Amino acid sequence: MRYLPKSPTDREQMLREIGVKSIDDLFAPIPKEYRLNRDLAIPRQMAESEIIEWFRARAAENGTGYSMFLGAGAYNHYRPVAIDALISRGEWFTAYTPYQPEIAQGTLQAIFEFQTMVCELTGMEVANASMYDGSTGAAEALMMAVRLTGRGHTVVARSVHPEYREVIATYIQHQHMPFTEVGFGSDGRVDLKALEAAITDDTACVLVQSPNFFGTIEDIAALAEIAHKRGALLVVSIAEALSLGIVKPPAEADIVSMETQSFGVPLSYGGPYAGVIATKEKFIRQIPGRLVGETTDRNGKRGYVLTLSTREQHIRREKATSNICTNQALIALMVNIYMTVYGREGLKELAKQNLAKAAYARQQFGKNAKVLFEGAPRFNEFVVQTNEDATGISRRLNEKKIIGGLPLKKFYPELGNASLWCCTELNTREQIDAAAKEVR
Amino acid sequence: MTDNSKIKKVSTHISQNEGLIFEKSSPGKKAYRLAPLDVPEVDEKQALGKIARENLGNLPEVSEIEIIRHFTRLSTWNYAVDHGMYPLGSCTMKYNARVNEVVSRLDGLAGAHPYQPEQISQGSLQVLKTLSEQLVEICGMDAITLQPAAGAHGELTGILLMRAYLESKGNPRKKVLIPDSAHGTNPATAAMAGYEVENLKSNAAGMVDLPSLEAQMNEDVAGLMLTNPSTIGVFEQQIGKIAEILHSKGGLLYMDGANMNALVGKARPGDFGVDVMHLNLHKTFSTPHGGGGPGSGPVAVKKILEPFLPTPVVVEKNGKLALEYNRPRSIGRVRMFYGNFGMHIRALAYIMANGPDGLRLTTEDAVLNANYIRKKLEGVFDLPYSTPSMHEVVFSDKLQAKNGIKTGDIAKRLIDYGFHPYTVSFPMIVHGALMIEPTESESKEELDQFIEAMKAVAEEAETNPELIKNAPYNTRVSRMDETGAARKPILRWKP
Amino acid sequence: MAYPAELKYTKEHEWIKIEGNTGTIGITDHAQNSLGDIVFVELPKVGSDITAGKSFGTVESVKAVSDLYAPMSGKIAEVNPELANAPEKVNTEPHSAWMVKVTLTNPAESSALLSAADYEKFVAEEQ
Repeated sequence: MRYLPKSPTDREQMLREIGVKSIDDLFAPIPKEYRLNRDLAIPRQMAESEIIEWFRARAAENGTGYSMFLGAGAYNHYRPVAIDALISRGEWFTAYTPYQPEIAQGTLQAIFEFQTMVCELTGMEVANASMYDGSTGAAEALMMAVRLTGRGHTVVARSVHPEYREVIATYIQHQHMPFTEVGFGSDGRVDLKALEAAITDDTACVLVQSPNFFGTIEDIAALAEIAHKRGALLVVSIAEALSLGIVKPPAEADIVSMETQSFGVPLSYGGPYAGVIATKEKFIRQIPGRLVGETTDRNGKRGYVLTLSTREQHIRREKATSNICTNQALIALMVNIYMTVYGREGLKELAKQNLAKAAYARQQFGKNAKVLFEGAPRFNEFVVQTNEDATGISRRLNEKKIIGGLPLKKFYPELGNASLWCCTELNTREQIDAAAKEVR
Repeated sequence: MTDNSKIKKVSTHISQNEGLIFEKSSPGKKAYRLAPLDVPEVDEKQALGKIARENLGNLPEVSEIEIIRHFTRLSTWNYAVDHGMYPLGSCTMKYNARVNEVVSRLDGLAGAHPYQPEQISQGSLQVLKTLSEQLVEICGMDAITLQPAAGAHGELTGILLMRAYLESKGNPRKKVLIPDSAHGTNPATAAMAGYEVENLKSNAAGMVDLPSLEAQMNEDVAGLMLTNPSTIGVFEQQIGKIAEILHSKGGLLYMDGANMNALVGKARPGDFGVDVMHLNLHKTFSTPHGGGGPGSGPVAVKKILEPFLPTPVVVEKNGKLALEYNRPRSIGRVRMFYGNFGMHIRALAYIMANGPDGLRLTTEDAVLNANYIRKKLEGVFDLPYSTPSMHEVVFSDKLQAKNGIKTGDIAKRLIDYGFHPYTVSFPMIVHGALMIEPTESESKEELDQFIEAMKAVAEEAETNPELIKNAPYNTRVSRMDETGAARKPILRWKP
Repeated sequence: MAYPAELKYTKEHEWIKIEGNTGTIGITDHAQNSLGDIVFVELPKVGSDITAGKSFGTVESVKAVSDLYAPMSGKIAEVNPELANAPEKVNTEPHSAWMVKVTLTNPAESSALLSAADYEKFVAEEQ
């Protein structure tokens, strides 16, 4: 086997030195009746060339060369080549959690930079080293708010990504945390009156997404005021991180949970991505996940360590803030490199392009179909109502090498034939025109 | 002092200094250029009004060469599997094959959107289906979900499945039993699933104490979370009896598959009574640890738990693969989309490269390596449990503690010898634990060097304990002030 | 460090100074010593009730968390504000770096506490 660095002679010699006759002696602790005395029923060893061939065939079945109009929590942005060039260094991807800071300063400093950039971007004071993704991050943020307030009830906007809401429901189902959903108004934003009515004196937090699932940007200041008035926290979930290049950060929020996939992470059929939780400094003891802090070594030299780990499962066990163990370090590194490549000016320029493409597309789609939820600001996504069934349109577009918007009927039956479209910097005018022509 | 003829594996060399990226930033530097905009420009102040952002604060402005150098320099400060043996017990730091990286980056796979229609996702679905079938066969289970994003996430999924099943039988029960040797994620998980945690003690052999289990098992107990082989690297020889005790009272056996790399191709949890288990693809199936994630934690189950698996599941319909969402008894979703697909690709490529014979030999070599280390270091370090070891061996610092040297000190000195330390102070049932897991990826030469280094440190503990207490000497930074970091946390850079 | 005779002690290594119906609570030198460098002390809010033998807060070192157990029952009257910014005081002056002052609700509970001499003996036996 090509990954194993031992010759048969090495093995024999080692067995001799251990003092056993055969390798089977070392497996004697496994009771006989449970030992597997046959080959596993899986395909034979394959050559490297065969493996590549097999996956190429799968890639071809998926198809390539489509123009992409899907967003809805996973965004098709350009990935600078520097990202893969750098993360392919073994020192990054074959290291583990930086438990030994003396030989892990690279990972630690990179995470410290990531935490800093997330703070700059979100307007929060502290950020963790990352979470699994935006959906689980939102659930963890909600649980964090419950711990912080000592209250049990939560309010979740229906305009939060439907799959995020499903994950939240799964996470909290046995934690005595009832949650109420509040709907959206004709502009696609949270219905503020319904929200006020839903909050009780036991409400720990209000969770909204902005831009929300329909692409509409929520009025964070107004939402914060309503939540805070009743002593509840405001948790803002962000699925499209690039929106922060051009939209004011949700500084009025108490906790921000952000999916960072937009920043240089491949779509990869839904994962791996990385979430991150950012918050106010005073809430830091209740944040889940790993944190990196700056300190000095014995000679006074600046360096970085994992810190405040008493919050975590390996120390506090069943009383931990979460059961989360690893973060998504390598994905956070991709995000870090992406933010560095575009930086202070580039993220804004890029966000402006997304804004312009989506605005142009809305105009074009508006010619034959109805664009919903106008009247509130939006970033790079929009909802189109059509006469034709959205799945039918999608199928027709596939034949023209276009992946169209997401039919919304499954998640929001009341929206009928509506579908959710996204335009990024990668959608050309030509692609937009071609798609708009077919959608009516 | 720091030069030592016994340090043979490494020499010091020049390592570049590098500040924080923010300290390199200055206005006007750029590392990007966008394609020209082919649609009319939009004034953001007009489009967004008062919520238009003014500026992006302290995000950096640097050029491409500075970025390449920055992250390359930082990388050289890390130890990695690619440098050498990384014997972190329980973490399974094995070789990460390069072909896995290549196939996971193929356009059609890496560029696939999770919501693209099923008819143009057949390749992705085939990857999910193939990996699922092979993992089910490897574990001897009946069904699987690939959705959980990491081991701890898999644990939560598994316990929720257990709970849903018991609920369907009329009573979710109140408690979960967890051995004192377990990972911290186990009790944290049980608590998140709404269970009380009851501690189960280990016997003198480091295994589950059967009389205690019998005494503690009753109709209030949902099940037992068992790591097998356990965290001290020992196979639970009474596993059949353990399963029987649980099942006789209507409870379930959950297996934490953190140590599945000791079993692949040699024994199958499904055959020894496990009802539900998670796998860590980043351990057993070689997906890279990435400096701390991403992982992937599939959960395999017996037939009785299948109806409760998270949605969606991959099914075959009219000769095409499809995602099935309509599963009324499901526990729901644990993550958006379908899990860490990029990790699924890598794990599948790993299984393909090995085949049944390769996987078996891999397991055998992992166990061979651990036992070789055990044999060579027994007597040099205290071995608290003489029970036979599987894929890892746990020593204690008892012999060195006499001279004031603790496991953490030995670990730091080992760094000077060119090795990443073993896992320190875990499992908790061993005071001053040194938990060593070589994995199958180490050659005899590398193991011999490690053994020599460990012996040399043990000798220093006798002859010159002060030397060890101040180690490491040859790293970029010496021991860090972790107390200061925790008392006055600085968690971000400020200008 | 000697254990002051005017304090009473628990087997969980807290001390309490009883003055009238007020009890002042901290942890012993032995406790701080086995915990190591203390980085954080989590204390209840003023006005909350604590119960003898039950946890009322936690004390953290870099890699460990320990519960604080109430020597006697009562209502929290005051929390030492100094510890928020200077938790190291618990290490340097354990017997004067108090954590909470409590209005005692059941003075009879003091009879279950250890004297300095008994506590010293208990610590010696425990080791």
